[in-house]
Amino acid sequence: MSLNHCLALAAAVFVTGMAGFVVRRNAIVMLMCIELMLSAVNIVFAAFSRHHGDAGGHVFVLMNFAVAAAEAAIGLAILVEIYRRRRTVDVDELKSLME
Amino acid sequence: MLRWIVLLPLLGAAINGLLNRRLPRPAVGAIACGAVGLSFVLSVVAFLRLVSMPADARLLTDIVAPWLGYGPLHVDLGFALDPLSGVMALIVTGVGLLIHIYSLGYMSHDKGFQRFFTYLNLFIFAMMTLVLGENLLMLFVGWEGVGLCSYLLISFWFNEEANAIAGKKAFVVNRIGDFGFLIGTFLLGVTLLPHLGAGEGLFSFRTMQHHAAALAPAATAIALLLFVGATGKSAQIPLYIWLPDAMAGPTPVSALIHAATMVTAGVYMIARMNFLYVLSPTAMHVVTVVGAATAIVAATIAMTQNDIKKVLAYSTVSQLGYMVMACGLGAFAAGIFHVMTHAFFKALLFLGSGSVIHAMSGEQDMRVMGGLAKKLPITFWTFLAGTFAIAGVFPLAGFFSKDEILWKAFSSDGGGITLWAVAFLVAGLTAFYMMRLVVLTFHGENRASHEVRHHIHESPLSMTLPLVVLAVLSVVGGWIGWPAFLGGANHFEHWLAPVFAGGGHEVAAAATHGGEALAHGVAAAHGAAEAHGGGHVALERGLAAASLAWGLLGLTLGFIVYSRRTKVADAVRGLAGGWPYRVLLNKYYVDEAYQGAFIRPGFRLSKTVLWKGVDAGVIDGLLVNGSALVVAVIGSLLRLLQNGLVRFYAWSFTVGVAVFFVYLSLKG
Repeated sequence: MSLNHCLALAAAVFVTGMAGFVVRRNAIVMLMCIELMLSAVNIVFAAFSRHHGDAGGHVFVLMNFAVAAAEAAIGLAILVEIYRRRRTVDVDELKSLME
Repeated sequence: MLRWIVLLPLLGAAINGLLNRRLPRPAVGAIACGAVGLSFVLSVVAFLRLVSMPADARLLTDIVAPWLGYGPLHVDLGFALDPLSGVMALIVTGVGLLIHIYSLGYMSHDKGFQRFFTYLNLFIFAMMTLVLGENLLMLFVGWEGVGLCSYLLISFWFNEEANAIAGKKAFVVNRIGDFGFLIGTFLLGVTLLPHLGAGEGLFSFRTMQHHAAALAPAATAIALLLFVGATGKSAQIPLYIWLPDAMAGPTPVSALIHAATMVTAGVYMIARMNFLYVLSPTAMHVVTVVGAATAIVAATIAMTQNDIKKVLAYSTVSQLGYMVMACGLGAFAAGIFHVMTHAFFKALLFLGSGSVIHAMSGEQDMRVMGGLAKKLPITFWTFLAGTFAIAGVFPLAGFFSKDEILWKAFSSDGGGITLWAVAFLVAGLTAFYMMRLVVLTFHGENRASHEVRHHIHESPLSMTLPLVVLAVLSVVGGWIGWPAFLGGANHFEHWLAPVFAGGGHEVAAAATHGGEALAHGVAAAHGAAEAHGGGHVALERGLAAASLAWGLLGLTLGFIVYSRRTKVADAVRGLAGGWPYRVLLNKYYVDEAYQGAFIRPGFRLSKTVLWKGVDAGVIDGLLVNGSALVVAVIGSLLRLLQNGLVRFYAWSFTVGVAVFFVYLSLKG
């Protein structure tokens, strides 16, 4: 399994996540899509780290996990709160900051 | 020391102006008079020091600080005193002091007392800057300063709209003149700059005089442009129209600024720049003709005016014409001599008229005056002295200076019998209208209302004292210039000779009239009639006798016509259907002509093109509202992007990233 295979997989995962984020209107699904994109990045980090024999990439992967977990926690908390007030998690309905 | 002569009045103005109403009136008066008085004392001290120096080395300078310095251009902030500015300094501070004292009485009931003395001191400061300035730029600073003070003082009683308009008129008309002056100054600087030696101040009078030859190519243009400034300040044709209106100001102002000092600034400037003017016969000729024309036009108008101050105002314009004419003839010393004697008797006449107006409860129309001689004896006798002085009665001050100018008009290169005849006619007219003024004011029955008549009283001592001093000066002030043909030595001309020495020779060199004219030119240069032959002395005596007789005739005629005014005056007035009288009464319709030729078209231009076109169209429409519109359009376009839809933003990122990648791959 060469570096290119890994990169292709990462690209596929990233585009899936990006497409989901753009297309879906459910905020929870969009959060999951963000996780997908972060995972794609993690794959790239790990692949390059392995390829160059440098442990630095792995450190970034761990960092990403931590950030993603924190973000998911906060994002979900916000969404729950929004749902309780507005009874919806459709992002097209949630634009009150603009007005 | 010179700087203190200039700065003391400024100090006085600063104290009075800043503390204004917090100071009691006596303190204000004491500070104002004290400042000018000290300035006068210092002027006398400086003058005496000048006298003690050898004739060729009479120059005191006081350089305060460097002012401008860019490469070869270098101008100092400094003052200089030479025989010419010495004379002017004494006139300005001396007459100024007398008028300050007079104002203590005249303005005592005015609620703007403090403001008045602040302005008056400020004026003395500006005038002394003009007179003592070491270079042309300093002179210009003072020149603008006196213009400002004149404006402030003409519209002193600013609640009257007419006064505000008169002040504005003076300001605008002077601005037109100053524009010419400034261009002339620039042209002079540009012409002179390449010829400058190391460390020489560009506009310093000494430098300019030293390099006068370098100015020759542009001399005519520079001289004429500077003269435009002089026509404004010294009220010559065509810019004389502001001076009669300036009478809206308090009478001491008329005496100080509009008779004795500021209006002579143009004459002083021409005399100061004599080395330049003599380079250009053309410019000299223009100056002469303008001066002579002004003298006669103003004198004829003065004959018909009914406002006592207007008569004196037109008389001033006429006398200024004399002075300018003298300068144009190269007789700078005679011009300055007339500046001095005129300062004495015209200040006296104005102050006398102020005393009359004071007694008449503010009335200025001579038609309702009359019979004041007995009630105002001091005013009457001093006024009479002034009248005889201006009419050129021997041996009063006016005789000597006026006769000097008449003689120069007759004998100089630029002069001749025609010019002499004009000047001679003006002299007779002057005597006539002055006597008319005296008769209408002081003679016969009083024509005022009963109430006004009841209040008539002689003015207080603070007003009569300056009158007496000025009357004495009007009588004896001319003796310093007692001419050679009457057995004198004309000290005045000798005194000024070093200042004008270079000039006379140039005139002689520039003259193309042959040997005899050359001889006159040289004689003028040495400033003495002793170079003239015996025949000249007889001729000079004859002309002097003629002008004296002519002046007396004018006075007598004026007395006869106006003391029996109903018959003779009406008969004269009825001449040729009365239209010459109407033309004169309406001042040749000059103001109306200006109104039609410049002011109304100016208004129309402003209204249609400048207001509706440029201001409303371009500035308001295009620039102000246009720029706002552009911002508004851009803003509403940008607002479309701020829709708050997360997915739209995400799309934007995606597309942006995609475009960026495409760009990178194409480039790579």
